[in-house]
Amino acid sequence: MYWNADLECVPLEQRRELQLERLKSLVRRVYENVPHYQRVFREAGLRPDDILTLDDLAKLPFTTKDDLRRTYPFGLFATPLRNTVRVHASSGTTGKPTVVGYTRQDVDIWSEVMARTLTCAGVTQDDIIQIAYGYGLFTGGLGVHYGAEKLGATVIPVSVGNTKRQIMLMQDFGTTVLACTPSYALHLAEVLEESRVDRTRIRLRVGVFGAEPWTKQMGRELESKLNIVAIDIFGLSEIIGPGVASECLYNTGLHIFDDHFLPEVIDPVTGKQLPPGEEGELVITTLTKEAFPLIRYRTRDITKLYEEPCPCGRTHVRMSKILGRTDDMLIVRGVNVFPSQVESVLLEIGQTEPHYLLVVDRRGPLDQLEVWVEVSDKVFADEVRHLETLEKTIQRELESTLGIGVKVKLVEPKTIERSQGKAKRVVDKRDLYNRDK
Amino acid sequence: MWVKQISVFLENKSGRLAAVTRLLADHGFNIRALSIADTSDFGILRLIVNDPAHANRVLKEAGFTVSETEVLAVEVPDRPGGLARVLDLLHQAGINIEYLYAFVSKAGENALVLMKVEDLQRAVDVLSAQGITIQGHDVVHQI
Repeated sequence: MYWNADLECVPLEQRRELQLERLKSLVRRVYENVPHYQRVFREAGLRPDDILTLDDLAKLPFTTKDDLRRTYPFGLFATPLRNTVRVHASSGTTGKPTVVGYTRQDVDIWSEVMARTLTCAGVTQDDIIQIAYGYGLFTGGLGVHYGAEKLGATVIPVSVGNTKRQIMLMQDFGTTVLACTPSYALHLAEVLEESRVDRTRIRLRVGVFGAEPWTKQMGRELESKLNIVAIDIFGLSEIIGPGVASECLYNTGLHIFDDHFLPEVIDPVTGKQLPPGEEGELVITTLTKEAFPLIRYRTRDITKLYEEPCPCGRTHVRMSKILGRTDDMLIVRGVNVFPSQVESVLLEIGQTEPHYLLVVDRRGPLDQLEVWVEVSDKVFADEVRHLETLEKTIQRELESTLGIGVKVKLVEPKTIERSQGKAKRVVDKRDLYNRDK
Repeated sequence: MWVKQISVFLENKSGRLAAVTRLLADHGFNIRALSIADTSDFGILRLIVNDPAHANRVLKEAGFTVSETEVLAVEVPDRPGGLARVLDLLHQAGINIEYLYAFVSKAGENALVLMKVEDLQRAVDVLSAQGITIQGHDVVHQI
């Protein structure tokens, strides 16, 4: 079952022709419309006419999250705001978010790739889909929403949270597809187990899980607890949101919709392209995006690519489940968290030592983020109240910057490990990444 | 007139209090009085020792976060109503007490209570005027 067989199952050669044609037009478009690209192309001694084959892609400079930060908020947009019908934002590496934009055509393409994603998961217009991704600036909720509507499924746009109501709707509306982060799905599954819900009233059959990495083991747990097929979907707001890649029912990795998103895997140190099957950093070029196109965007996600065809008949390049990160970004309850954001908040408050540690744990199924901060002689006073106020201030500022709940813990000085080179800022007690394949 | 108290920041985890008292013991300090204020995450240990400046140095060198605070050592008659009278006087003078704790040993017939108040000098004046003895560190640290 395909959403768009003409594009999903074409012979590789044919897709490569399409990719090259789109790449050439993209390069010209960004060169003419985005000062940043004009500058970096010139610095690299490149003109749009130099891109003649797909191999020439490797000549183009990378785009990084830093470039997005430097051009905040709209500096990388390639169309005027007048033509932009939507903006979304996700966390940047410091205080300011990363902003992305969509023209009407971008939203159409996003809906298309999400409809393909859902079809990969076996979802049809006969399904009732409960979307428990967050709606709002986060791309998860609205991204899945538009795809599900395009597909013609019945959409319940419930957004995340209020687990009891989620379970009520699931029973009363006869939800067949659950779309949310895998950690929230696990939470739902456990609440469902504890409540004495008549399981014959739960008609779930598919889970569409993304926005954070999850292991096969967690997938098996979700499948048995919820009696579903669990499908891993991949996306990031910079590229479009959910809908960049998806598993199909054959469980052979995630099909990257590479007529729109051209993938490479590179050595994160040398920047050299790696052959299929080798592990490295995923780099994506958005071939068709109008408002916010990206050339060779470094996702910092580690994966491998596979080119051999999948038994499902799709000829897209596939990627393994995410194997890790090349930076210290954490994903907590679907939200990206960078240690540098915590650092900038602490520096702004200015009362503590710049020694801190992020501790992430999954107590029960929901992730908890603790931020440990060392108490210095400078701030320590004899009064409990004073320290509690400091704790609350840090907590409030962090929550407002990160967009998720945080527990702040004041610790004794020198208890956070000092390292000679790169400071260790993160302790992740969760087991998120597959290393078995 | 007032007494130097040492405050130590402690994380709420087992062995921290033992570590402080062991360190002080190894350096021959005698703890005269102590109290702990605690929250779910951390505590503040307050100590009166015989040589506060030296103890402060030793604790800091061992990596603890330490601060020195001045508190009052008020002699309170060791009988019903003894403390109540002192507190009434402070209340009437509008002086707030942030915390207080008691000495283990007595000063003669009287109990000794340590108080942290907003305005130390005014508290001394109010209490002294009513014949209540405030002990200085020369006496307190040697008890």
